[in-house]
Amino acid sequence: MARYLLSVHSVEGEVREPMTDEEMQQSHKQLGVLEGEMKSAGAWVFSGRLHEPDTATVVRMSDGEVVTTDGPFVESKEHLGGFYIIQAADLDAALAWASKATAAIRIPIEVRPFADFADEPRA
Amino acid sequence: MRDGDATARVDAAEVGRIFREESGRAVAALIRVFGDIDVAEDAVQEAFAVALRRWPGEGLPPNPGGWITTTARNRALDRLRREARGRQLLGEVAVLSPGSDDPGTPEEVGLVQDDRLRLIFTCCHPALSTEAQVALTLRLLGGLSTKQVARSFLVAEDTMAHRLVRAKRKIKAARIPYRVPEGHELPDRLRPVLAVVYLIYNAGMASPAEPGLCAEAIRLARILATLMPDEPEVAGLLALLLLTESRRVSRTRPDGSLVLLGEQDRSRWDRAMIQEGQAIVRRCLRRNQPGAYQLQAAINAVHADAATVEQTDWSQIVALYDQLLVLTPTPVVALNRAIAVGEVQGPAAALALVDELDLDNYHPFHATRADLLRRLGRDREAAAAYERAAAMAPTDAEREFLRLGGRASR
Repeated sequence: MARYLLSVHSVEGEVREPMTDEEMQQSHKQLGVLEGEMKSAGAWVFSGRLHEPDTATVVRMSDGEVVTTDGPFVESKEHLGGFYIIQAADLDAALAWASKATAAIRIPIEVRPFADFADEPRA
Repeated sequence: MRDGDATARVDAAEVGRIFREESGRAVAALIRVFGDIDVAEDAVQEAFAVALRRWPGEGLPPNPGGWITTTARNRALDRLRREARGRQLLGEVAVLSPGSDDPGTPEEVGLVQDDRLRLIFTCCHPALSTEAQVALTLRLLGGLSTKQVARSFLVAEDTMAHRLVRAKRKIKAARIPYRVPEGHELPDRLRPVLAVVYLIYNAGMASPAEPGLCAEAIRLARILATLMPDEPEVAGLLALLLLTESRRVSRTRPDGSLVLLGEQDRSRWDRAMIQEGQAIVRRCLRRNQPGAYQLQAAINAVHADAATVEQTDWSQIVALYDQLLVLTPTPVVALNRAIAVGEVQGPAAALALVDELDLDNYHPFHATRADLLRRLGRDREAAAAYERAAAMAPTDAEREFLRLGGRASR
Protein backbone atom coordinates (compact mmCIF):
# COMPACT_ATOMS: atom_id res chain seq x y z
CA MET A 1 0.00 0.00 0.00
CA ALA A 2 1.15 3.52 -0.73
CA ARG A 3 -0.22 6.82 0.50
CA TYR A 4 -1.30 9.59 -1.81
CA LEU A 5 -2.24 13.20 -1.31
CA LEU A 6 -5.26 14.19 -3.37
CA SER A 7 -5.22 17.97 -3.35
CA VAL A 8 -8.09 20.04 -4.59
CA HIS A 9 -6.83 23.21 -6.24
CA SER A 10 -9.18 26.13 -6.57
CA VAL A 11 -8.42 29.00 -8.86
CA GLU A 12 -9.41 32.37 -7.49
CA GLY A 13 -11.95 34.23 -9.57
CA GLU A 14 -11.92 31.53 -12.22
CA VAL A 15 -15.09 31.58 -14.26
CA ARG A 16 -16.43 28.11 -14.21
CA GLU A 17 -20.04 27.24 -14.71
CA PRO A 18 -21.55 28.20 -11.37
CA MET A 19 -23.41 25.46 -9.55
CA THR A 20 -27.04 25.98 -8.68
CA ASP A 21 -28.08 25.40 -5.08
CA GLU A 22 -29.47 22.08 -6.13
CA GLU A 23 -26.23 21.07 -7.86
CA MET A 24 -24.29 22.20 -4.80
CA GLN A 25 -26.40 19.98 -2.56
CA GLN A 26 -26.01 17.14 -5.02
CA SER A 27 -22.22 17.62 -5.00
CA HIS A 28 -22.08 17.62 -1.19
CA LYS A 29 -24.15 14.47 -1.09
CA GLN A 30 -21.85 12.77 -3.62
CA LEU A 31 -18.81 13.76 -1.58
CA GLY A 32 -20.40 12.32 1.55
CA VAL A 33 -21.12 9.07 -0.25
CA LEU A 34 -17.60 9.01 -1.67
CA GLU A 35 -16.03 9.52 1.73
CA GLY A 36 -18.13 6.67 3.10
CA GLU A 37 -16.99 4.51 0.21
CA MET A 38 -13.34 5.40 0.87
CA LYS A 39 -13.74 4.54 4.53
CA SER A 40 -15.39 1.19 4.00
CA ALA A 41 -12.75 0.28 1.39
CA GLY A 42 -10.01 1.13 3.89
CA ALA A 43 -8.63 3.82 1.58
CA TRP A 44 -9.47 6.91 3.65
CA VAL A 45 -6.74 8.19 5.96
CA PHE A 46 -7.66 11.82 6.47
CA SER A 47 -9.40 14.62 4.64
CA GLY A 48 -10.23 18.25 5.16
CA ARG A 49 -11.43 21.46 3.64
CA LEU A 50 -9.46 24.70 4.17
CA HIS A 51 -10.54 28.29 4.73
CA GLU A 52 -9.63 30.89 2.12
CA PRO A 53 -5.89 31.60 1.76
CA ASP A 54 -6.29 35.09 3.28
CA THR A 55 -6.79 33.35 6.62
CA ALA A 56 -3.25 31.90 6.41
CA THR A 57 -0.26 32.92 8.51
CA VAL A 58 3.37 32.15 7.72
CA VAL A 59 6.21 31.73 10.20
CA ARG A 60 9.82 31.66 9.04
CA MET A 61 13.30 31.81 10.52
CA SER A 62 15.09 35.09 9.95
CA ASP A 63 18.44 35.86 11.61
CA GLY A 64 17.85 33.14 14.16
CA GLU A 65 14.42 34.44 15.10
CA VAL A 66 10.97 33.33 14.14
CA VAL A 67 9.12 35.99 12.17
CA THR A 68 5.37 35.80 11.74
CA THR A 69 3.65 37.32 8.70
CA ASP A 70 0.09 37.59 7.52
CA GLY A 71 -1.13 35.89 4.36
CA PRO A 72 -0.31 32.77 2.36
CA PHE A 73 3.27 31.60 1.66
CA VAL A 74 2.90 32.18 -2.06
CA GLU A 75 0.60 34.83 -3.43
CA SER A 76 -1.04 33.12 -6.34
CA LYS A 77 -4.36 32.66 -8.02
CA GLU A 78 -4.29 28.93 -7.37
CA HIS A 79 -4.56 27.69 -3.85
CA LEU A 80 -5.17 24.52 -1.96
CA GLY A 81 -8.85 24.34 -1.11
CA GLY A 82 -8.94 20.91 0.47
CA PHE A 83 -7.36 17.50 0.38
CA TYR A 84 -7.67 13.80 0.98
CA ILE A 85 -4.96 11.49 2.19
CA ILE A 86 -5.68 8.00 0.98
CA GLN A 87 -3.90 4.69 0.82
CA ALA A 88 -4.08 2.65 -2.34
CA ALA A 89 -2.36 -0.34 -3.92
CA ASP A 90 -1.00 1.66 -6.84
CA LEU A 91 -1.45 4.83 -8.89
CA ASP A 92 -4.38 3.40 -10.85
CA ALA A 93 -6.30 2.77 -7.63
CA ALA A 94 -5.47 6.29 -6.39
CA LEU A 95 -6.52 7.80 -9.73
CA ALA A 96 -9.83 5.93 -9.54
CA TRP A 97 -10.64 7.64 -6.20
CA ALA A 98 -9.46 11.01 -7.52
CA SER A 99 -11.65 10.60 -10.62
CA LYS A 100 -14.72 10.04 -8.46
CA ALA A 101 -13.90 13.10 -6.37
CA THR A 102 -13.33 15.38 -9.37
CA ALA A 103 -16.57 14.17 -10.92
CA ALA A 104 -18.40 15.20 -7.74
CA ILE A 105 -16.83 18.64 -7.23
CA ARG A 106 -15.78 19.46 -10.82
CA ILE A 107 -12.45 20.91 -9.70
CA PRO A 108 -9.09 19.50 -10.82
CA ILE A 109 -7.37 17.20 -8.34
CA GLU A 110 -3.64 16.64 -8.12
CA VAL A 111 -2.53 13.17 -7.07
CA ARG A 112 0.90 12.91 -5.44
CA PRO A 113 2.59 10.01 -3.71
CA PHE A 114 3.98 10.37 -0.20
CA ALA A 115 7.74 9.99 -0.14
CA ASP A 116 7.99 7.57 2.78
CA PHE A 117 6.80 4.76 0.54
CA ALA A 118 8.90 5.70 -2.46
CA ASP A 119 11.85 3.59 -1.36
CA GLU A 120 9.83 0.45 -1.69
CA PRO A 121 11.01 -1.46 -4.73
CA ARG A 122 8.39 -1.42 -7.40
CA ALA A 123 8.35 -1.35 -11.20
CA MET B 1 16.75 -15.72 -36.98
CA ARG B 2 19.55 -18.22 -36.57
CA ASP B 3 18.86 -21.87 -36.16
CA GLY B 4 19.91 -23.64 -32.98
CA ASP B 5 23.30 -24.72 -34.31
CA ALA B 6 25.69 -24.12 -31.41
CA THR B 7 28.59 -23.82 -33.80
CA ALA B 8 26.95 -21.00 -35.78
CA ARG B 9 29.51 -18.22 -36.08
CA VAL B 10 28.39 -14.83 -34.84
CA ASP B 11 30.16 -11.51 -34.91
CA ALA B 12 29.63 -8.52 -32.62
CA ALA B 13 27.12 -6.91 -35.01
CA GLU B 14 25.05 -10.08 -34.99
CA VAL B 15 25.17 -10.24 -31.19
CA GLY B 16 23.99 -6.61 -31.14
CA ARG B 17 21.15 -7.39 -33.53
CA ILE B 18 19.97 -10.37 -31.48
CA PHE B 19 20.10 -8.25 -28.34
CA ARG B 20 18.02 -5.48 -29.91
CA GLU B 21 15.50 -8.13 -30.90
CA GLU B 22 15.40 -9.90 -27.54
CA SER B 23 16.16 -7.26 -24.92
CA GLY B 24 12.53 -6.09 -24.64
CA ARG B 25 11.46 -9.58 -23.56
CA ALA B 26 14.31 -9.89 -21.09
CA VAL B 27 13.84 -6.43 -19.57
CA ALA B 28 10.10 -7.03 -19.24
CA ALA B 29 10.59 -10.42 -17.57
CA LEU B 30 13.17 -9.07 -15.15
CA ILE B 31 11.03 -6.10 -14.17
CA ARG B 32 8.35 -8.58 -13.16
CA VAL B 33 10.84 -10.65 -11.19
CA PHE B 34 12.69 -7.82 -9.44
CA GLY B 35 10.05 -5.11 -9.49
CA ASP B 36 12.63 -2.54 -10.49
CA ILE B 37 13.31 -1.09 -13.94
CA ASP B 38 16.91 -0.03 -13.27
CA VAL B 39 17.88 -3.44 -11.91
CA ALA B 40 16.37 -5.08 -14.99
CA GLU B 41 18.06 -2.72 -17.46
CA ASP B 42 21.47 -3.03 -15.82
CA ALA B 43 21.26 -6.81 -15.69
CA VAL B 44 20.33 -7.11 -19.38
CA GLN B 45 23.21 -4.78 -20.20
CA GLU B 46 25.57 -7.06 -18.25
CA ALA B 47 24.22 -10.11 -20.06
CA PHE B 48 24.96 -8.31 -23.34
CA ALA B 49 28.58 -7.82 -22.27
CA VAL B 50 28.84 -11.53 -21.42
CA ALA B 51 27.35 -12.50 -24.78
CA LEU B 52 29.78 -10.22 -26.61
CA ARG B 53 32.65 -12.05 -24.90
CA ARG B 54 31.34 -15.56 -25.32
CA TRP B 55 29.11 -15.94 -28.36
CA PRO B 56 31.67 -15.08 -31.06
CA GLY B 57 33.96 -17.85 -29.75
CA GLU B 58 31.49 -20.42 -28.45
CA GLY B 59 28.66 -19.88 -30.92
CA LEU B 60 25.03 -19.08 -30.21
CA PRO B 61 23.22 -20.83 -27.37
CA PRO B 62 20.26 -22.95 -28.54
CA ASN B 63 17.73 -20.33 -27.39
CA PRO B 64 19.42 -16.91 -27.35
CA GLY B 65 16.36 -15.13 -25.92
CA GLY B 66 16.07 -17.55 -23.01
CA TRP B 67 19.82 -17.37 -22.46
CA ILE B 68 19.70 -13.57 -22.20
CA THR B 69 16.84 -13.59 -19.69
CA THR B 70 18.43 -16.32 -17.55
CA THR B 71 21.93 -14.81 -17.64
CA ALA B 72 20.58 -11.35 -16.84
CA ARG B 73 18.51 -12.72 -13.97
CA ASN B 74 21.47 -14.58 -12.48
CA ARG B 75 23.65 -11.50 -12.80
CA ALA B 76 21.02 -9.40 -11.05
CA LEU B 77 20.69 -11.97 -8.27
CA ASP B 78 24.47 -12.04 -7.77
CA ARG B 79 24.68 -8.29 -7.63
CA LEU B 80 21.68 -7.84 -5.36
CA ARG B 81 23.06 -10.41 -2.90
CA ARG B 82 26.25 -8.33 -2.68
CA GLU B 83 24.47 -5.05 -1.99
CA ALA B 84 22.59 -4.15 1.17
CA ARG B 85 19.77 -2.50 -0.72
CA GLY B 86 19.65 -5.50 -2.97
CA ARG B 87 19.32 -7.95 -0.10
CA GLN B 88 16.35 -5.95 1.12
CA LEU B 89 14.91 -5.98 -2.37
CA LEU B 90 15.40 -9.72 -2.70
CA GLY B 91 13.47 -10.28 0.50
CA GLU B 92 10.39 -8.87 -1.19
CA VAL B 93 10.85 -10.38 -4.59
CA ALA B 94 9.17 -13.43 -5.97
CA VAL B 95 11.99 -15.28 -7.65
CA LEU B 96 11.06 -17.45 -10.61
CA SER B 97 10.30 -21.03 -9.72
CA PRO B 98 13.32 -23.23 -8.97
CA GLY B 99 14.44 -25.40 -11.83
CA SER B 100 14.26 -22.62 -14.37
CA ASP B 101 17.94 -21.84 -13.82
CA ASP B 102 18.73 -24.03 -16.76
CA PRO B 103 19.62 -21.62 -19.58
CA GLY B 104 16.94 -21.32 -22.18
CA THR B 105 14.14 -23.20 -20.46
CA PRO B 106 11.26 -23.02 -22.93
CA GLU B 107 8.53 -22.11 -20.42
CA GLU B 108 10.29 -18.84 -19.65
CA VAL B 109 9.67 -17.67 -23.16
CA GLY B 110 5.95 -18.28 -22.73
CA LEU B 111 5.86 -16.20 -19.56
CA VAL B 112 7.63 -13.19 -20.97
CA GLN B 113 5.09 -12.73 -23.75
CA ASP B 114 2.71 -11.17 -21.25
CA ASP B 115 5.49 -9.25 -19.56
CA ARG B 116 6.11 -7.23 -22.70
CA LEU B 117 2.43 -6.32 -22.80
CA ARG B 118 2.56 -5.28 -19.13
CA LEU B 119 5.63 -3.22 -19.85
CA ILE B 120 4.15 -1.30 -22.77
CA PHE B 121 1.12 -0.36 -20.69
CA THR B 122 3.44 0.89 -17.95
CA CYS B 123 5.57 2.85 -20.42
CA CYS B 124 2.47 4.40 -22.01
CA HIS B 125 0.59 5.12 -18.78
CA PRO B 126 -1.46 8.33 -19.13
CA ALA B 127 0.23 9.71 -16.00
CA LEU B 128 3.42 10.07 -18.08
CA SER B 129 3.95 12.75 -20.72
CA THR B 130 3.82 11.66 -24.36
CA GLU B 131 7.56 12.41 -24.73
CA ALA B 132 8.31 10.18 -21.76
CA GLN B 133 6.01 7.44 -23.08
CA VAL B 134 7.78 7.39 -26.43
CA ALA B 135 11.25 7.48 -24.89
CA LEU B 136 10.53 4.70 -22.38
CA THR B 137 8.94 2.48 -25.02
CA LEU B 138 11.92 2.81 -27.37
CA ARG B 139 14.44 2.36 -24.57
CA LEU B 140 12.84 -0.52 -22.65
CA LEU B 141 10.90 -2.43 -25.32
CA GLY B 142 12.85 -1.41 -28.40
CA GLY B 143 16.24 -1.90 -26.80
CA LEU B 144 17.52 1.40 -28.20
CA SER B 145 20.31 3.14 -26.33
CA THR B 146 19.61 6.50 -24.74
CA LYS B 147 21.84 8.03 -27.42
CA GLN B 148 19.79 6.45 -30.22
CA VAL B 149 16.51 7.57 -28.63
CA ALA B 150 17.88 11.10 -28.27
CA ARG B 151 19.02 11.21 -31.91
CA SER B 152 15.64 9.96 -33.11
CA PHE B 153 13.89 12.90 -31.53
CA LEU B 154 16.56 15.50 -32.17
CA VAL B 155 17.22 16.24 -28.52
CA ALA B 156 20.54 16.28 -26.69
CA GLU B 157 21.56 12.99 -25.09
CA ASP B 158 21.66 14.66 -21.65
CA THR B 159 18.12 15.90 -22.09
CA MET B 160 16.91 12.44 -23.09
CA ALA B 161 18.79 10.76 -20.24
CA HIS B 162 17.18 13.20 -17.81
CA ARG B 163 13.75 12.56 -19.32
CA LEU B 164 14.16 8.81 -18.91
CA VAL B 165 15.44 9.08 -15.35
CA ARG B 166 12.57 11.34 -14.36
CA ALA B 167 9.98 9.05 -15.95
CA LYS B 168 11.41 5.98 -14.24
CA ARG B 169 11.47 7.83 -10.93
CA LYS B 170 7.82 8.71 -11.32
CA ILE B 171 6.88 5.11 -12.16
CA LYS B 172 8.57 4.00 -8.97
CA ALA B 173 7.49 6.82 -6.63
CA ALA B 174 3.88 7.03 -7.77
CA ARG B 175 3.62 3.25 -8.21
CA ILE B 176 2.48 3.21 -11.79
CA PRO B 177 1.34 -0.41 -12.00
CA TYR B 178 3.00 -3.14 -14.04
CA ARG B 179 -0.01 -4.91 -15.44
CA VAL B 180 -2.31 -5.13 -18.40
CA PRO B 181 -5.41 -2.99 -17.73
CA GLU B 182 -8.68 -4.80 -17.14
CA GLY B 183 -11.35 -5.01 -19.82
CA HIS B 184 -13.31 -1.90 -18.84
CA GLU B 185 -10.22 0.33 -18.71
CA LEU B 186 -8.56 -1.17 -21.76
CA PRO B 187 -10.05 1.16 -24.42
CA ASP B 188 -8.81 4.29 -22.60
CA ARG B 189 -5.43 2.79 -21.85
CA LEU B 190 -4.86 1.29 -25.27
CA ARG B 191 -5.22 4.68 -26.94
CA PRO B 192 -1.87 6.11 -25.74
CA VAL B 193 -0.14 2.79 -26.49
CA LEU B 194 -1.24 2.89 -30.12
CA ALA B 195 -0.50 6.62 -30.34
CA VAL B 196 3.06 6.02 -29.15
CA VAL B 197 3.68 3.30 -31.75
CA TYR B 198 2.23 5.56 -34.47
CA LEU B 199 4.38 8.48 -33.27
CA ILE B 200 7.49 6.31 -33.44
CA TYR B 201 6.61 5.37 -37.02
CA ASN B 202 6.02 8.99 -38.01
CA ALA B 203 9.29 10.06 -36.40
CA GLY B 204 11.02 7.50 -38.64
CA MET B 205 9.22 8.91 -41.67
CA ALA B 206 10.13 12.48 -40.83
CA SER B 207 13.83 11.76 -40.41
CA PRO B 208 15.24 9.71 -43.28
CA ALA B 209 18.38 9.29 -41.17
CA GLU B 210 16.44 7.04 -38.79
CA PRO B 211 14.55 4.53 -40.96
CA GLY B 212 15.08 2.02 -38.13
CA LEU B 213 12.29 3.74 -36.21
CA CYS B 214 9.74 2.71 -38.84
CA ALA B 215 10.84 -0.91 -38.57
CA GLU B 216 10.76 -0.63 -34.78
CA ALA B 217 7.20 0.73 -34.84
CA ILE B 218 6.09 -2.14 -37.09
CA ARG B 219 7.80 -4.62 -34.80
CA LEU B 220 5.99 -3.16 -31.77
CA ALA B 221 2.67 -3.17 -33.65
CA ARG B 222 3.22 -6.83 -34.53
CA ILE B 223 3.91 -7.72 -30.90
CA LEU B 224 0.73 -5.91 -29.85
CA ALA B 225 -1.30 -7.61 -32.58
CA THR B 226 -0.01 -11.01 -31.49
CA LEU B 227 -0.66 -10.37 -27.82
CA MET B 228 -4.05 -8.68 -28.27
CA PRO B 229 -5.63 -10.50 -31.23
CA ASP B 230 -9.14 -9.37 -30.25
CA GLU B 231 -8.48 -5.62 -30.44
CA PRO B 232 -9.52 -4.40 -33.89
CA GLU B 233 -7.67 -1.07 -33.58
CA VAL B 234 -4.41 -2.88 -32.84
CA ALA B 235 -4.84 -4.83 -36.07
CA GLY B 236 -5.84 -1.58 -37.79
CA LEU B 237 -2.65 0.15 -36.69
CA LEU B 238 -0.48 -2.74 -37.89
CA ALA B 239 -2.23 -2.70 -41.28
CA LEU B 240 -1.87 1.08 -41.55
CA LEU B 241 1.85 0.89 -40.84
CA LEU B 242 2.42 -1.97 -43.29
CA LEU B 243 0.50 -0.26 -46.09
CA THR B 244 2.30 3.04 -45.50
CA GLU B 245 5.67 1.30 -45.30
CA SER B 246 4.99 -0.55 -48.56
CA ARG B 247 5.37 2.77 -50.40
CA ARG B 248 8.44 4.03 -48.59
CA VAL B 249 11.04 3.52 -51.32
CA SER B 250 8.86 5.10 -53.98
CA ARG B 251 8.10 8.15 -51.88
CA THR B 252 11.45 9.87 -52.29
CA ARG B 253 13.70 10.48 -55.29
CA PRO B 254 17.39 9.67 -55.05
CA ASP B 255 18.05 13.34 -54.23
CA GLY B 256 15.67 13.08 -51.25
CA SER B 257 12.82 15.10 -52.76
CA LEU B 258 9.25 13.89 -52.28
CA VAL B 259 7.11 12.05 -54.83
CA LEU B 260 3.34 12.48 -54.45
CA LEU B 261 1.16 9.39 -54.23
CA GLY B 262 -0.22 9.97 -57.73
CA GLU B 263 3.26 10.18 -59.27
CA GLN B 264 4.88 7.23 -57.52
CA ASP B 265 6.23 4.25 -59.43
CA ARG B 266 3.71 1.68 -58.23
CA SER B 267 5.82 -1.23 -59.43
CA ARG B 268 8.20 -0.40 -56.59
CA TRP B 269 5.54 -0.77 -53.91
CA ASP B 270 6.26 -3.70 -51.62
CA ARG B 271 3.70 -6.35 -52.63
CA ALA B 272 4.23 -8.61 -49.62
CA MET B 273 3.53 -5.78 -47.20
CA ILE B 274 0.49 -4.71 -49.21
CA GLN B 275 -0.92 -8.23 -49.18
CA GLU B 276 -0.39 -8.59 -45.46
CA GLY B 277 -1.93 -5.17 -44.79
CA GLN B 278 -4.91 -5.79 -47.04
CA ALA B 279 -5.59 -9.18 -45.49
CA ILE B 280 -5.74 -7.50 -42.06
CA VAL B 281 -8.04 -4.78 -43.42
CA ARG B 282 -10.40 -7.46 -44.80
CA ARG B 283 -10.51 -9.18 -41.40
CA CYS B 284 -11.27 -5.81 -39.77
CA LEU B 285 -14.11 -5.19 -42.23
CA ARG B 286 -15.62 -8.58 -41.39
CA ARG B 287 -15.39 -7.77 -37.68
CA ASN B 288 -17.19 -4.47 -38.34
CA GLN B 289 -16.01 -2.50 -35.29
CA PRO B 290 -14.48 0.42 -37.17
CA GLY B 291 -11.96 2.74 -35.56
CA ALA B 292 -9.65 5.51 -36.71
CA TYR B 293 -6.63 3.28 -37.43
CA GLN B 294 -8.72 0.68 -39.26
CA LEU B 295 -10.32 3.36 -41.45
CA GLN B 296 -6.96 4.93 -42.31
CA ALA B 297 -5.67 1.46 -43.12
CA ALA B 298 -8.70 0.85 -45.33
CA ILE B 299 -8.06 4.12 -47.20
CA ASN B 300 -4.48 3.03 -47.81
CA ALA B 301 -5.70 -0.39 -48.90
CA VAL B 302 -7.88 1.24 -51.58
CA HIS B 303 -4.85 3.17 -52.89
CA ALA B 304 -2.81 -0.04 -52.90
CA ASP B 305 -5.53 -1.73 -54.96
CA ALA B 306 -5.15 0.69 -57.86
CA ALA B 307 -2.57 -0.34 -60.46
CA THR B 308 -2.49 3.26 -61.71
CA VAL B 309 -3.57 6.48 -60.05
CA GLU B 310 -6.42 6.78 -62.58
CA GLN B 311 -7.86 3.48 -61.39
CA THR B 312 -8.18 4.70 -57.79
CA ASP B 313 -11.67 4.19 -56.38
CA TRP B 314 -11.97 7.76 -55.07
CA SER B 315 -15.66 7.51 -54.15
CA GLN B 316 -14.76 4.58 -51.88
CA ILE B 317 -12.05 6.75 -50.33
CA VAL B 318 -14.49 9.63 -49.79
CA ALA B 319 -16.91 7.20 -48.09
CA LEU B 320 -14.13 6.00 -45.76
CA TYR B 321 -13.14 9.60 -44.96
CA ASP B 322 -16.81 10.33 -44.17
CA GLN B 323 -16.68 7.60 -41.52
CA LEU B 324 -13.29 8.75 -40.25
CA LEU B 325 -14.55 12.32 -39.92
CA VAL B 326 -17.37 11.10 -37.68
CA LEU B 327 -14.90 9.34 -35.37
CA THR B 328 -12.18 12.00 -35.46
CA PRO B 329 -13.68 15.31 -36.53
CA THR B 330 -10.40 17.18 -36.96
CA PRO B 331 -9.58 19.77 -39.63
CA VAL B 332 -6.70 17.58 -40.87
CA VAL B 333 -9.06 14.69 -41.60
CA ALA B 334 -11.45 17.17 -43.24
CA LEU B 335 -8.57 18.41 -45.42
CA ASN B 336 -7.73 14.90 -46.59
CA ARG B 337 -11.39 14.20 -47.25
CA ALA B 338 -11.57 17.39 -49.33
CA ILE B 339 -8.64 16.17 -51.45
CA ALA B 340 -10.54 12.94 -52.17
CA VAL B 341 -13.70 14.92 -52.94
CA GLY B 342 -11.62 16.91 -55.42
CA GLU B 343 -10.86 13.70 -57.32
CA VAL B 344 -14.56 12.83 -57.56
CA GLN B 345 -16.22 16.22 -58.00
CA GLY B 346 -13.36 18.37 -59.27
CA PRO B 347 -11.06 21.04 -57.79
CA ALA B 348 -13.72 23.73 -57.34
CA ALA B 349 -15.77 21.55 -54.96
CA ALA B 350 -12.62 20.63 -53.04
CA LEU B 351 -11.42 24.23 -52.78
CA ALA B 352 -14.77 25.30 -51.34
CA LEU B 353 -14.34 22.67 -48.58
CA VAL B 354 -10.68 23.50 -48.00
CA ASP B 355 -11.30 27.23 -47.65
CA GLU B 356 -13.66 26.59 -44.75
CA LEU B 357 -10.91 24.97 -42.68
CA ASP B 358 -8.96 26.72 -39.98
CA LEU B 359 -5.50 25.29 -40.71
CA ASP B 360 -3.43 28.36 -41.42
CA ASN B 361 -0.40 26.98 -39.55
CA TYR B 362 -0.40 23.59 -41.27
CA HIS B 363 1.76 23.58 -44.37
CA PRO B 364 -0.12 20.75 -46.19
CA PHE B 365 -3.18 23.03 -46.05
CA HIS B 366 -1.38 25.62 -48.17
CA ALA B 367 0.13 22.94 -50.42
CA THR B 368 -3.35 21.51 -51.03
CA ARG B 369 -4.83 24.94 -51.77
CA ALA B 370 -1.92 25.62 -54.11
CA ASP B 371 -2.54 22.43 -56.05
CA LEU B 372 -6.30 23.05 -56.32
CA LEU B 373 -5.78 26.68 -57.41
CA ARG B 374 -3.28 25.56 -60.04
CA ARG B 375 -5.78 23.03 -61.40
CA LEU B 376 -8.39 25.81 -61.56
CA GLY B 377 -5.97 27.96 -63.58
CA ARG B 378 -5.65 30.56 -60.80
CA ASP B 379 -1.86 30.59 -61.16
CA ARG B 380 -1.02 33.75 -59.26
CA GLU B 381 -2.92 32.61 -56.15
CA ALA B 382 -1.43 29.13 -56.57
CA ALA B 383 2.12 30.53 -56.59
CA ALA B 384 1.43 32.51 -53.43
CA ALA B 385 0.03 29.41 -51.70
CA TYR B 386 3.04 27.30 -52.75
CA GLU B 387 5.31 29.97 -51.33
CA ARG B 388 3.48 29.97 -47.99
CA ALA B 389 3.59 26.17 -47.84
CA ALA B 390 7.31 26.12 -48.67
CA ALA B 391 8.08 28.69 -46.00
CA MET B 392 6.44 26.45 -43.38
CA ALA B 393 7.65 23.04 -44.59
CA PRO B 394 9.69 21.16 -41.98
CA THR B 395 12.32 19.54 -44.23
CA ASP B 396 14.53 20.76 -47.06
CA ALA B 397 13.12 18.07 -49.34
CA GLU B 398 9.57 19.29 -48.82
CA ARG B 399 10.57 22.95 -49.16
CA GLU B 400 12.33 22.19 -52.42
CA PHE B 401 9.37 20.21 -53.67
CA LEU B 402 6.92 23.00 -52.89
CA ARG B 403 9.13 25.70 -54.41
CA LEU B 404 9.30 23.61 -57.60
CA GLY B 405 5.51 23.31 -57.54
CA GLY B 406 5.28 27.05 -57.24
CA ARG B 407 7.64 27.61 -60.19
CA ALA B 408 5.91 25.04 -62.34
CA SER B 409 2.62 26.87 -61.96
CA ARG B 410 3.92 30.27 -63.07
